[in-house]
Amino acid sequence: MSTVLTNVSKRYDSDKTVLSDVSAEIQTGEFFVIVGPSGCGKSTLLRMIAGLTQISDGEISINDKVVNDMAPKDRNLTMVFQSYALFPFLSVWDNVAFGLKARKNTSQSEIEERVNDALKMVNLEELKDRKPRELSGGQRQRVALARAVASDAKICLMDEPLSNLDAQLRIKMRQEIYALQRKLGLTLIYVTHDQVEAMTMADHIMVLHDSKVQQIGTPTEIYKHPANEFVASFFGVPPINILPATKDTGNLIEVNNDFKMEVDQQVPNDHFQVGIRPNELVIEAADELDANASIKTIEFLGDEKIVYIKMAHNNVEVAAIVASDSEFKAYDTIKVTAKNNYLVFNSDGVNITKSVEDVVNA
Amino acid sequence: MLKTSTTDVVPEKKIKAKQRQGFKLNAKDKYFASLFLGPSLLILGLFVFYPMFKTLYISMFLTNTLGKTTVYVGLENYVKLMSSPDFISSLWVTFVYVIAVTVLTITLGLLLANLASQKLPGMGIFRTLYSVTMGVSVAVAAIFWLFIFNPSTGFFALLSNWLNLPVVNWLTSPTNAMWAVIITTVWMHLGFTFLILLGAIESVPSTLYEAADVEGASSRFQFFHITIPMISPTLFFVSTITIIDAFKSFGLIDLITKGGPTNATNMLVYRIYKDAFYSGNYAKSSAEAIILTVIIAFFTLLQFKFLEKKVNY
Repeated sequence: MSTVLTNVSKRYDSDKTVLSDVSAEIQTGEFFVIVGPSGCGKSTLLRMIAGLTQISDGEISINDKVVNDMAPKDRNLTMVFQSYALFPFLSVWDNVAFGLKARKNTSQSEIEERVNDALKMVNLEELKDRKPRELSGGQRQRVALARAVASDAKICLMDEPLSNLDAQLRIKMRQEIYALQRKLGLTLIYVTHDQVEAMTMADHIMVLHDSKVQQIGTPTEIYKHPANEFVASFFGVPPINILPATKDTGNLIEVNNDFKMEVDQQVPNDHFQVGIRPNELVIEAADELDANASIKTIEFLGDEKIVYIKMAHNNVEVAAIVASDSEFKAYDTIKVTAKNNYLVFNSDGVNITKSVEDVVNA
Repeated sequence: MLKTSTTDVVPEKKIKAKQRQGFKLNAKDKYFASLFLGPSLLILGLFVFYPMFKTLYISMFLTNTLGKTTVYVGLENYVKLMSSPDFISSLWVTFVYVIAVTVLTITLGLLLANLASQKLPGMGIFRTLYSVTMGVSVAVAAIFWLFIFNPSTGFFALLSNWLNLPVVNWLTSPTNAMWAVIITTVWMHLGFTFLILLGAIESVPSTLYEAADVEGASSRFQFFHITIPMISPTLFFVSTITIIDAFKSFGLIDLITKGGPTNATNMLVYRIYKDAFYSGNYAKSSAEAIILTVIIAFFTLLQFKFLEKKVNY
């Protein structure tokens, strides 16, 4: 019992490839997030699972049944759209009841029970007679959720459902969606461009980029063991610092010609890159002669500061997180080094860090 | 364009009333205001308000053949009209015509617009074809349809001959003449109605249909439960326009049937025209004009009252 994508591709005309060779297995009852920058094909993939877009190649099966040519309504799933797709002329109650009425195989009393239950679940009982235009953004979002809940389908697709909400509401709805998914045991396939949403909610994340799957894994795997440079820099705020490096003597490598670092693994003899998270960089004040970098700007975030640093060589800029009581100022000359926690990427951007042999590499 | 909601309108009115209270014009403002309003008031007064009140005035007198009022008779002209079987039949004919034209135009327009909104190859051609009657003048349309209705060389006659059916005399039988006028009017109106409805259908967000697809609604269910409610403000608009236009039909009647045969297509406007400019009975035709105005106003009000609820979202 699962949703399986096998070598799914989408091409428009003959030359425009939106998705190529996407394969994944989505377990029943899991929160599966498809994430990637805009234009990577993630919404197309979701629409293909829903049956709203034809697939060009490959196979999609739901619960061991191939659904490639099955109409959306026969796939037994629900979908929450970015625009919510509420019917402006119907009340909240009727909006939630729409699908049940349309299918015409549910009795009136059961429709009432299901709709009332769904509205109760999303705390909209009092507003059931309102029209969508009389609701706030968050309430509209809840109506769309209630519509998905009222259906008995166990697979729910969501296409950037939170992107029209403000930041605070987004955090709140994130928790509500997560709680709802757990409570109902839904298989939730969720598309977003926001790495924070992906990290906080997902059981498994699929990272899409350049119409290809970059990596599929749990949030921890994706963050700790990214398959490549793209995945590494997509997750984490501020993004991971990627610096050019060369092999030095012994276990040492020379990072950006600015500082040396000890590594306990084989590295390529020619050029490669190291990735260091902002909280793994160490900075200390230094005179101009000892310094290997200077501070550009500082952002104060309350309990920490983000320091944006210009390295001495190659015009490279990095970010470091320091304690908020540290007294760095803009234009200070500093010495940058790194703790012993790093990622190594070869010249093709593939992660070749020793501890990541088990990473799913696509 | 249309007020579609009562709940939205009320607070707005209140706010405006408040603004008006606190907004006093000084002499200079008044001078400029009248400068801007003056020209349009003058033109409206000259060409709309004066003729309107003059008509009302004339309708309560007897007139000579030059249109000069002679004897004040109060409402007698109206009483006479309402008891004249001739006028009542005209009224009846007009109603039949208006209802038939409106129902047929909206139904066909909706059907064509729905077809043309499908994403199929070559739809651009059909869209152009369906809306092309918008650019046809009444005179051209009348002549074109007179050719088609011609009992010996017309398209319908040839078709009947080919199918070995009796030839229908479109313009000489009272019932058929009515149909002929209705068909021609519908054809004339269809382009406009089609284009407006197509625009409305196209502007329905596609995600609504996609959501309905996923929820399991058939395309028939989607048409009646999504398309129709979503375009109801536009439907309301075109039906009002069509009804008013149909009441005012004159050119086609004059060019195709001249109100005949035996007054079968003698609509109100055509009767007003004939009574005034053929029979020289200006008082009678003024009274008829006032009755027509009242009827159109009544229908418009009725539509607003009834349909306001249906188009509210």
